[in-house]
Amino acid sequence: MKTVYCSIHGFGAIGQGVAEVLLRKKEYLESLGLEVKVVAVVDSKGATVNPEGVDLADCLARKRTAGTVALESISGVEIIQSVDHDLVIETTPTNIRTGGVGLQNMLAAFQTGKDVITSNKGPLTLKYRELMETAKAAGSHFRFEATVGGSMPIINLANEVLAGNKIKSIKGILNGTCNYILTRMLEERASYNDILAESMQLGIAETDPTYDVEGIDTACKLVILANAIFGLDVTYNDVDVTGITKVTPEALEMAYERGHVIKLIGEVSKERIHVAPRLVPINHPLAVGGTLNVASVETELAGEITVTGKGAGPIETASAILSDLIAIYGN
Amino acid sequence: MRVSMDIELKDVPGQMLLALQPLSEYKANLITVVHHHQKRTPRKTVPVKLILETRPESIETIKAKLEENGIRVVRVGEHRFRESINVVLIGHVVHTGIQDTIDEIDRTGFAEVVDLSLSMPGINMLSSALMKIDAVGKEDLQKALAILKEVSTKKDLLMVLPIDIQA
Repeated sequence: MKTVYCSIHGFGAIGQGVAEVLLRKKEYLESLGLEVKVVAVVDSKGATVNPEGVDLADCLARKRTAGTVALESISGVEIIQSVDHDLVIETTPTNIRTGGVGLQNMLAAFQTGKDVITSNKGPLTLKYRELMETAKAAGSHFRFEATVGGSMPIINLANEVLAGNKIKSIKGILNGTCNYILTRMLEERASYNDILAESMQLGIAETDPTYDVEGIDTACKLVILANAIFGLDVTYNDVDVTGITKVTPEALEMAYERGHVIKLIGEVSKERIHVAPRLVPINHPLAVGGTLNVASVETELAGEITVTGKGAGPIETASAILSDLIAIYGN
Repeated sequence: MRVSMDIELKDVPGQMLLALQPLSEYKANLITVVHHHQKRTPRKTVPVKLILETRPESIETIKAKLEENGIRVVRVGEHRFRESINVVLIGHVVHTGIQDTIDEIDRTGFAEVVDLSLSMPGINMLSSALMKIDAVGKEDLQKALAILKEVSTKKDLLMVLPIDIQA
């Protein structure tokens, strides 16, 4: 049995999802010869640390009742630097202006020779090249499937499963909130603002929906795909971005009468990175509804491959993190 | 060349075959047939629109053969436009001059706005338009879209293009 010692940084929806999935998949991981021990769980107020492994069920219960997992006041970077472990699971909130605490955590992890699995887009959007180089210099694994499309496999699909194929372009819906809003506006013939309010009530849109509805979140995901799959060295500023705030129910209806839906489509190739609302034929593989994400990968040999799945949700995102964990330590 | 042909068929069995025979005989390539079954003419015939590709010198012969078969040929015209797309425009589509937007496309000579649906839900609310643009060829269509994009930027309109078009 191989023991993987890890720390979980960020204990919001995704961090808790990871804890839950690790508990649920304990026996399965053991069947692969893996024992995963979490030596620290960190949230914005502090951390729980135990070099022998914390009790994840306890952490989840404490978070639910006390609102924090913190038992001591120690930062993520301090834990990475002082507690011996193999893997940093980084699920702190995305900050695309500074990279936030996530960037600090990742750099500290590589500097101390640890592997990193993350769902946090910010650092990858800002400092992809630097992070990759630091990871490489340290001989660390760095995986981030969960940053794009939640549970839907896309980075590992293009780089590993489709290995040998040149990827020509990727097009798709990479933001579930926008997809939900556009789908519901058409269904209800309701205005953008009405459906946005509904989405907030349901927790599908955040209180500040700017990242999602202005296309920023989609653009960040395209930046990650451009760097990780197309080998480019680009940042958010290289993306041509238009969001969905101007889309009207009348436009959706007129398009629908002519056999089209309007979707926020992200598109990336070596030549261009682009986010905008587009007309999609209703029988097109990218015309999925609700909060679903979808991506079509245009390949050199395999033709077009389309994947669709849940783009958000704690357990779904944790599933991508789990698959990265197994990819690193499973063999 | 591509030709559109409006013909009228008598409402009895076997008429379509009589219409298609001369086309096959003179090796015209039939692109589309639109059969307007609901729209009877005052002569009780059924109007049918054909689009076909053929050598220019065959057109008159085909027309004569059709008439010989008792089929009335109402109109023959060159079908110039091969490319067609729908574009959605959202914003103050009307107040910023919809006619001017259409003129910019029509003025090119290689593209035309052929259909327009418009929705203006209220003053101070965004209007939406769905425009169908025909163009002579693919490149012309791209040029027309570039013009429309420039106009849209100037008028602060959101232009929604089909997914298979290079934006």
